[in-house]
Amino acid sequence: MRRALGTLPTLVLLLGAAYCLLPVAWVLVAATKSSGELFATSTFSPGTSILANLDDLSSYRDGAFWRWMANSALYAGVGALLSAALSGLTGYALAKFAFRGRDLVFNALIAGVLVPSVVLAIPQYLLISEVGLADTYLSVLVPSVLSPYGIYLARIYAAAAVPEDVVEAARTDGAGEGRILWSIAVPMMAPGLVTVFLFQFVAIWNNFLLPFIMLGDDRKFPVTLGLYTMLNQGNTTPALYTLAIVGSLVSVLPLIALFLTLQRYWRVDLLSGAVKA
Amino acid sequence: MLSLATLIRPEIPMRFDIARKAVAAGLGLALLVGCGSSGGQEPEGPTELSFWAWAPNIEKVVDRWNAAHPDRKVVMSKQAQGDDLVTKLLTSAKAGSGPDLAQVEFQALPTLVSNDVLADIAAHASSVKGEFPDGVWQQVTLGGDGVYAIPQDSGPMMFYYRTDLFEQYGLTVPKTWDEYARTARTLRTKAPDKFLGTFSSNDPGWFAGLAQQAGGSWWSVDGDTWKVSIDDAATKKVASYWSGLVAEGAVDKTPMYTPEWNKALNDGTQIGWVSAVWAPGVLAGNAQSTVGKWAMAPLPQWDAASPRTGNWGGSTTAVTAGSKKQKAAAEFAIWLNTDPEAVAALVTDSGVYPAATKAQTGSALAKPPAFFPAQTDFYATAQRVASTAAGFTWGPNVNVAYTAYKNAFGAAITGGTDLAPALAEMQRATIDDLRASGFKVG
Repeated sequence: MRRALGTLPTLVLLLGAAYCLLPVAWVLVAATKSSGELFATSTFSPGTSILANLDDLSSYRDGAFWRWMANSALYAGVGALLSAALSGLTGYALAKFAFRGRDLVFNALIAGVLVPSVVLAIPQYLLISEVGLADTYLSVLVPSVLSPYGIYLARIYAAAAVPEDVVEAARTDGAGEGRILWSIAVPMMAPGLVTVFLFQFVAIWNNFLLPFIMLGDDRKFPVTLGLYTMLNQGNTTPALYTLAIVGSLVSVLPLIALFLTLQRYWRVDLLSGAVKA
Repeated sequence: MLSLATLIRPEIPMRFDIARKAVAAGLGLALLVGCGSSGGQEPEGPTELSFWAWAPNIEKVVDRWNAAHPDRKVVMSKQAQGDDLVTKLLTSAKAGSGPDLAQVEFQALPTLVSNDVLADIAAHASSVKGEFPDGVWQQVTLGGDGVYAIPQDSGPMMFYYRTDLFEQYGLTVPKTWDEYARTARTLRTKAPDKFLGTFSSNDPGWFAGLAQQAGGSWWSVDGDTWKVSIDDAATKKVASYWSGLVAEGAVDKTPMYTPEWNKALNDGTQIGWVSAVWAPGVLAGNAQSTVGKWAMAPLPQWDAASPRTGNWGGSTTAVTAGSKKQKAAAEFAIWLNTDPEAVAALVTDSGVYPAATKAQTGSALAKPPAFFPAQTDFYATAQRVASTAAGFTWGPNVNVAYTAYKNAFGAAITGGTDLAPALAEMQRATIDDLRASGFKVG
C-alpha cells in the first residue's frame, strides 16, 4: 500500500534539497562568468567564458593549480589508503583477539573520536616540528593516517562481518593468522574498508587547517590552501574570484568521480551479510 | 572559516617578561631581543633564503634578485594575507621552522616583535633610514633604536568617485566631511537607490585609517607601560559622524569586499569609495565594467586648512629572529624596497604603492593607473596626499582590537544602534587582553 505523500514533509525535504543544491548551482554558473560578468550580470544567468577561465586557471603562476591538485591527490590518495589499511588491521585485531588492555585501547580510541581534529592541529604541529618534519609532505600525511573513527568503524565491521566460526575453522585447517587475515577477513571486510577509504579521502581532500598550519612552502600546498591564497590577497589587491570559483568547481570533480565509482561497493555493504545463507 | 587567532593567542607568549621588555626595547629602552642569532658566524658560501609573502607577482621581482645573486637565492612561498599569516609566523617561530623573510603589515610589527619573532636588523639597515618618510620609518623602529623591518608599501587614504554619475547628479567633490555628509544626502534625494559610500563594519583597517586622519592615537607606551585610548575624542568624533550618516540612511552599511558590494560598485549603486592609493587595482578586479569612469581626490578633511590623511594597509619586509642568515636576508629586504629597479618592478608587477620616497615620484609612477586613464596627475596627487599621512603607534594586540571592531561594530550596524558603545567595547576588549597577556597597562 502506498502512503500518500505528506505535504509538510515534502516541503521540508524540498527546502533542504534547495539549501544543498543552490550553492552548487551557483558555483556551476559563476564558473562560466568572466571577472567582468561575475558581479555585473544577474546571479543565475550563465556567462560566456568557462574555457577562458579554465585556461587562466591552468596558466596561473605556471600551473600552480595543477600542482596543488596533484598534491591533494597525493595527500588524500596515499593517506586514505594507508588509513584504510591501518584501520582494517587495528579494527580486526580489536574485534577478533582478546588480549589484556583491549578495552582500554578501544576506549581510548573512542575518546579520540570525540576530540575534533581542529583541536589537535597545533599540538601536532609542535610535535612534528620537534622531529624536524614541519613543512614536508610527511607532516600532512602522517597525522592523516591515524583515524580513530576509521578504526572504530573497522572494528564494528569486523565484529559483524567476519564470523568467529569461519576464523576458527581456518585455524583448525592449519592456516596462519596472516593467511586468515589476508584471504578470509580482508575480503569480508572489503565494503567496510572501502567506506573508511572514502571518508578519509574526502576528509583529507577537504582538510584545510592541518596543511595550513604544517606547510609554509606553497609548492607543497593542497588545493584547499592554494585556493585560499587566491582569495585572500588582502584589501589592497583584488581577490582572484573568477579563478577561485572555477578552481573550486574543478577541485570537487575528483570527489564526485570517486563517489560514483566506489558507490556500488557501498551498496554491497548493506545488502550482503558475511555468511550468505 | 574558524579564525586561527582564536586558536593560538599570539599574545600569550611563553615568557611574558621578555615579551614586555622586547616591546619596551623597541620603543625606547634597550635592545634586548633579535640580535641573538645574528653576528659573525653566518655561512659565507652559497645559501638559500626562504621568503613568505602575498603581494601578487612578487615572485617576478624575486626572480630579478635571483638572476643577479645566484649564490643567495631567495625561494618565494605565496601565503594568504593578514592575521592568519601573523598567527602562522608566531607558531612557526615557536617551533623553529619559520622562513628567513616575511611580508608583514605595519600593524602586525609590535605583535611579532613582542613575541620575539622578528630580528633587529639595525646593524645592517640603519643606513637606509633616509630613503623613507619619517612617519613610515618610525613604524618599523617602533620609535626606538632597533629596526625590525624595511617598509615596502604604504596606503595613504583617498576618496574615489564616479565622475560620470557626479556630473549626472550635479554633485561636487566634497573637500570636508561636512560636505561629504551633505553630498551623501543630496544624492539620496536625487537618486534614492544610490549611495555615496558605505560604512564597513568588516574593515577595521579602514576605520583605523579614518581615526588616524582625525588625530586618533590608539596605543602609546611610556617606559614599559602601555596606554590604550581607542575611544579618544578624535575616534569618537569619527564614530559618531558615521553613526549619524548610517542612522539617517545617508550612506549604505554593506560591508566592503562582499559580492554584494562588488555588484554595487559595478552597477553604480555605490558612486564613491573612501579608500586608499591602491584602490585602482581593486576596482579593476571588482568593478571591471566601470573602467575610465572613476577619479581620485584627496580624502575629505575635518579641518580643510591643515589637510591630513591616514593609512589603510601597507606592509614591510621583515627578517625573522629564527633565521641563521640574517645579514643576507636583510640585504635582500633592503634591495627589494630601495633598489630603483626592484621598486620599479614592485610598482609595475605587484601594483604596490612604494614606501620609498624617491620611488613615489619615479618613472614607474609617471603614468596613471590603467583603470584611471584620464587622471594623468594621479600619482602626483597621490604623492602630495601621502606626504600628509599622520604617524601612528600600533600596539602589541592590534589583532584583538580588530576582532573586537568586527564583532562590536558589526552587531551595532546589524542592530541599527549607535556606534559609540561599540567603540567603548573595542577599547575595553583591547585593554583587558593587554592586561591578561601580562603587559603593564596605565
